[in-house]
Amino acid sequence: MHHSHSSSTSALSLADLPGPDVAIRPLHHPWRWISGGLVILLLAVIGRAFAVGQIQWTVVGEFLTAGVIITGFGWTLLISACALVLGVLLGFAFGIMRLSENPILRFAAWLYVWVFRGTPVLLQLLIWFNIALVFPRLYIPGLIDARMVDVVTPFVAAVLGLGVNEGSYLTEVVRGGISSVDKGQKEAAHTLGMTPGQTMRRIILPQTLRLILPVLGNSAIGMLKFSSLAATIAMGEMLNAAQRIYFINGAVIELLFVCAVWYLAGTTVLSIGQYYLERHFGRDGAAATRERRWFKGWARRPVAPGEA
Amino acid sequence: MTLAVKAVGIRKSFGSHEVLKGLDLEVAYGEVLCILGPSGSGKSTFLRCINHLETPNGGYVWVDGAIMGYELSRGALEGLPVKRLRAQQSQLGMVFQHFNLFAHRTVLGNVIEGPMVVRGLSRAEAEARAMGLLEQVGMAAKASSYPSQLSGGQKQRVAIARALAMEPRVMLFDEPTSALDPELVGEVLEVMRNLARGGTTMIVVTHEIGFAREVADRVVVMIDGEIREMGVPTHVLSNPGDPRVRSFLSRVLA
Repeated sequence: MHHSHSSSTSALSLADLPGPDVAIRPLHHPWRWISGGLVILLLAVIGRAFAVGQIQWTVVGEFLTAGVIITGFGWTLLISACALVLGVLLGFAFGIMRLSENPILRFAAWLYVWVFRGTPVLLQLLIWFNIALVFPRLYIPGLIDARMVDVVTPFVAAVLGLGVNEGSYLTEVVRGGISSVDKGQKEAAHTLGMTPGQTMRRIILPQTLRLILPVLGNSAIGMLKFSSLAATIAMGEMLNAAQRIYFINGAVIELLFVCAVWYLAGTTVLSIGQYYLERHFGRDGAAATRERRWFKGWARRPVAPGEA
Repeated sequence: MTLAVKAVGIRKSFGSHEVLKGLDLEVAYGEVLCILGPSGSGKSTFLRCINHLETPNGGYVWVDGAIMGYELSRGALEGLPVKRLRAQQSQLGMVFQHFNLFAHRTVLGNVIEGPMVVRGLSRAEAEARAMGLLEQVGMAAKASSYPSQLSGGQKQRVAIARALAMEPRVMLFDEPTSALDPELVGEVLEVMRNLARGGTTMIVVTHEIGFAREVADRVVVMIDGEIREMGVPTHVLSNPGDPRVRSFLSRVLA
C-alpha cells in the first residue's frame, strides 16, 4: 500500500488529513502591528511637539474666522477660478493650434508653451505686475485707451500670470487628449459630411474633455495653492492678508497656520468634487475608464525637453 | 444603366511608394461591386480615394453629376471649399474595418448625429428614422447602449445604420468583416446581403470570396495598385486569365 509516511516527514498522507471542520488559524502579520504602532507613536510625538510648542492656539482659532482672512480667502477663490477658466480657454485654443494643419499656427502654439512653461510662474507674475514699465499705455484704437497701471491691477496681474502659465501646461494636456481620440472617428464624421469645426466640437472635444477631466481637477487644486504667490505682488488674497496681520501683531506662525487650515479645506472640497465629477463622467463603460487611467499616467509623465 | 460612380485615372503615392497606378472604374446604380486582392494591393486606398478620405495625386472621381472635391472651370479642376467637399462625401456612405463609432454617443446618438448636424433634421425626426434603420440592422433593442458595450458584429451593424442614415447614393464598405471574430462575420454579411437585395449600390472591399461570388454583380481583382481582372464573379473567380490573379485566387480559395 502507499501508507509510507515514515519515508518523509513532510509528506502528508491521505490517512492523516483532518475533517472538514478543522480549525483554521490565518497567518499573523506582527510587522503590520509594529510598523503601525511606530507611526502612531511618531504622529503623537509630532502632535505633542506642536501642542507644547510656542504656538498660541487660541490666536489661531481667533483669526480663523477673522473678516480680513475670510475676505482674503474669497479673493484666493476668485483668483483661482478666474485663472483656471483663463488657463482652460488658452489650453484648448493653443492645444487645437498645436495640431493645426497650418505650420505657423503650430509654431505660435509651440512658442507659447516654450516661453510660459519654461519660466517660473513667480517671475511671470512679477513681469505682468510690472508690465506698465514696458507699455505705459494700453491703446487699442476705438476700444480702449488707458494707463497700463490702471488696467493691470494686482488682481488682473495675478489672473493673467497664473492663467497664462496654467494655459501652457494645459495646452500640452489638450494636445495629448485630442491626439488620443481615435482618428477613425474623425474620418467617420467627415464621411457623414461634418465640417472640421463640427467634428472638433461634437466628436473630438467632448471626448477630449472627458479624458482631461482628472488633469483639470489637479489643475484646480494646484491653482488654489499657486494663487498664494499673488501675495508677492500686493494682491490682498489670503496669504497677503495674513502677512499684513502678522507684521503688526507678530503672530507669524499662528496666521500661517490659519492659512494652512483654509487651503486644506479648499483642496479637500475640490478633491471630493473631482471624485464625483470623474465618477459621473465614467458611467459609459469600462473602456473609457481604462483610457483615462492610461491618460492620467501620460499627463503626469515628465515631458522630454525636446517636446517642449 | 445609369452610372453612379466613375473613377478616372486614379493615382496615389505615399512618399515614393506608388500605391495606385492609374485606376479606372465605373459603377452603375443598383450594382454591387466587390474589390478583391491580396493585402497591400491598394484596394482600401482606392476606396478611400473614391470618397476623398485620401486625396488622389492624379485623376478624379465623378459621383452622380459632380467631381469629388473639385469644380471644372476653364478646362481645369479647381479645389472646392471643405464644406462643399463634405456635402459630396455625405453622398457616399462609408463603413470602416474598425467601425469608428463615436465612443461618447449611444447607438441611437451615433445614427442621428449626421442627419441632425449635417442635414439639419429635428431630433424627433432623426430619431424616428434612426430607429427604423436600427430595426433594419437588428440593433433597435440596443439603441441606448454605448459602443463599448457591443460586440464587433453589433458595432458594425450600427456603423452600417449610421452610414445609411445620410441616405447616400452609394455605400462603400472597407473590409467590413476583417476585424470581426469568425462567428460574428455572418450577421454583418446578412445585413449587407439584405441591402444588396434592396437595390443599394455598393462598392465592397473584402476578403470574403463567398460573399463576392453570391452577392456581387461584378468583381474587380487588384494586384500591385492595378486592376487585373474585372467581370461577373462566376467568370473572374473560376476562370481568371491573368496568372497573378489565378495564383491569388488559388491561395484564398484553397
